[in-house]
Amino acid sequence: MIETENLTKKFGNLTAVDNVTLRVNDGEVFGFLGPNGAGKTTTIRMLCCLISKTSGSATIGGYEIGNKEGSLKIRKIIGLVPDNVGLSEHLTAYDNLDFYGKIYDSSDAQRKESIKRFLEMLGLWEKRNALAGTFSKGMKQKLAIARALIHDPQVLFLDEPTANLDPESAKTVREFILELKKEKKTIFLNTHNLDEAQRICDKIGILNTTLRVTGTPQDLEQEVKGKKTIVSLEQVNEKILSALKKLSLKNLTNEGNKITFDVSDPDKENWGAVEAMVLAGGHVNTVNVVGSSLEDVYLKLVRESA
Amino acid sequence: MRLSKAWLVASRDFKIFRHQKNILYSIIVFPVIISVLFPAILEFTQLRNSGGLAAVGVLPNLLNSFSFFFVIGAAYIPLGIASYSIVGEKVEKSLEPLLATPLTDGEILLGKAISAVLPTLAAMYAASIVFMVGIDATTVGRLGYNYFPNWTFGVLLLIVVPVAVVMSVLYSVIVSSRANDVRSANSYGIFILFPLLAIYLLSEVGIISLDINGFLIIAGILSAVDVALYFVSTAAFQREEILTKWK
Ligand SMILES: Nc1ncnc2c1ncn2[C@@H]1O[C@H](COP(=O)(O)OP(=O)(O)OP(=O)(O)O)[C@@H](O)[C@H]1O
Ligand SMILES: [Mg+2]
Repeated sequence: MIETENLTKKFGNLTAVDNVTLRVNDGEVFGFLGPNGAGKTTTIRMLCCLISKTSGSATIGGYEIGNKEGSLKIRKIIGLVPDNVGLSEHLTAYDNLDFYGKIYDSSDAQRKESIKRFLEMLGLWEKRNALAGTFSKGMKQKLAIARALIHDPQVLFLDEPTANLDPESAKTVREFILELKKEKKTIFLNTHNLDEAQRICDKIGILNTTLRVTGTPQDLEQEVKGKKTIVSLEQVNEKILSALKKLSLKNLTNEGNKITFDVSDPDKENWGAVEAMVLAGGHVNTVNVVGSSLEDVYLKLVRESA
Repeated sequence: MRLSKAWLVASRDFKIFRHQKNILYSIIVFPVIISVLFPAILEFTQLRNSGGLAAVGVLPNLLNSFSFFFVIGAAYIPLGIASYSIVGEKVEKSLEPLLATPLTDGEILLGKAISAVLPTLAAMYAASIVFMVGIDATTVGRLGYNYFPNWTFGVLLLIVVPVAVVMSVLYSVIVSSRANDVRSANSYGIFILFPLLAIYLLSEVGIISLDINGFLIIAGILSAVDVALYFVSTAAFQREEILTKWK
């Protein structure tokens, strides 16, 4: 649905987005992560045909960005929630949506129905006749999402939709995104929230002017090698520790009743370690394997590129 | 370019204006002043019988000078409307999602122009009726006939006024692209009135005559200005410019 190849944007001497090649399939939720100034918003703006690319190419639904006909076709099949919501503050919530519906030539009945549907889904129907300017940040954010969906677009671009939201509103928005995913919409999501990306995205890209990596959240965690095994015992004593030291485990540490070490293949390596502990008289309560988190991957990649 | 879409953009602006007292005032105040004030001045000077101003010989000239204020008003009113409707959107950042829709730059710009032109013309034309009735009522005794309506005022209202409105709207677009808030857009906007005030002053000292021929010449000059401003404003009103340079 979205494909870019060596997409690049320069503002004068500053390269904001450098040679980005990525692919988002139909119905996927793509999470775009990266530090402030990484070029996420600039990428969305290029893909929505709001600003020109400097070089490279990109297509959305098969239409090419950067030429007039393509841009017009693309703008018909996308919805955008910009980073600052951009509502008309002196219009009611209803009129904000109604205007956008009319832009896309929907029939009156169809438009009325989708306005009602989205406002109800997002809990704003009661407030439909209030001016958007009187809304709280979270309500504005939700209204902007409804606005971007009013014409039933195939692709939705969301620029940090849960920034500034309280945990509950953020959750509503996330659940709403998952709801849209069920409707097979392709979603391009800029976010700083790693946890959010991990929970709702099928694929993640980490950008820092250049695209550092793309993959599923699980792929990315694999990327930073090494897992950790954490063994919790009734009691840890010298005998157990010296038994373990003979096994030359990596990064063996002991803290209270917990023993931690790195493993690359837990299925094979954990068995031997646990056996050694038991033979040394240890009483093993639990054995846990933890992978590196998306945060570890993110920090590693962003630091590498800095 | 689809007119229906430009109209859609304009009607959204009309809805917004209804919630904006400042805009409503800026549309109404000037027409009310000129349509009520000028007849009142005449009435007052006649009552005092202080001759001069209301002397029958100079009255037609004086009335033509008064009517030129309709051109000044036509250039003044759109400044407030257009600067709000464009700078206001800039402040609200509401142009970005709008530009991500299939509307073309031209349709948005035309919509913005319509939303400034129509209220101005409506206000000025309504005021012109009050003005004509008021002036006739105060001068018919002296002149022995109703001075208005006449061809000179007709040319002024139907040709010079629209051309001046368009000039002001296009100029407002250019100013709005550079201004950060409505107030500064308005203060730069005022510059467009200077040439018109200059014409008025030149007519007062007798260099230009404000009759049919004079008005047609003024309309011709303003039209040329309109064409020039059209090219500058459409260059300023392009999505890339708006998003990256309009700060
Ligand atoms: N109109 C512009 N003119 C000049 N430079 C720009 C412009 N827009 C963006 N930039 C620069 O491009 C770079 C990328 O900006 P962008 O807004 O895309 O970052 P981002 O990843 O969205 O950051 P954030 O997480 O803070 O939203 C920044 O260095 C920014 O200063
Ligand atoms: Mg951003």
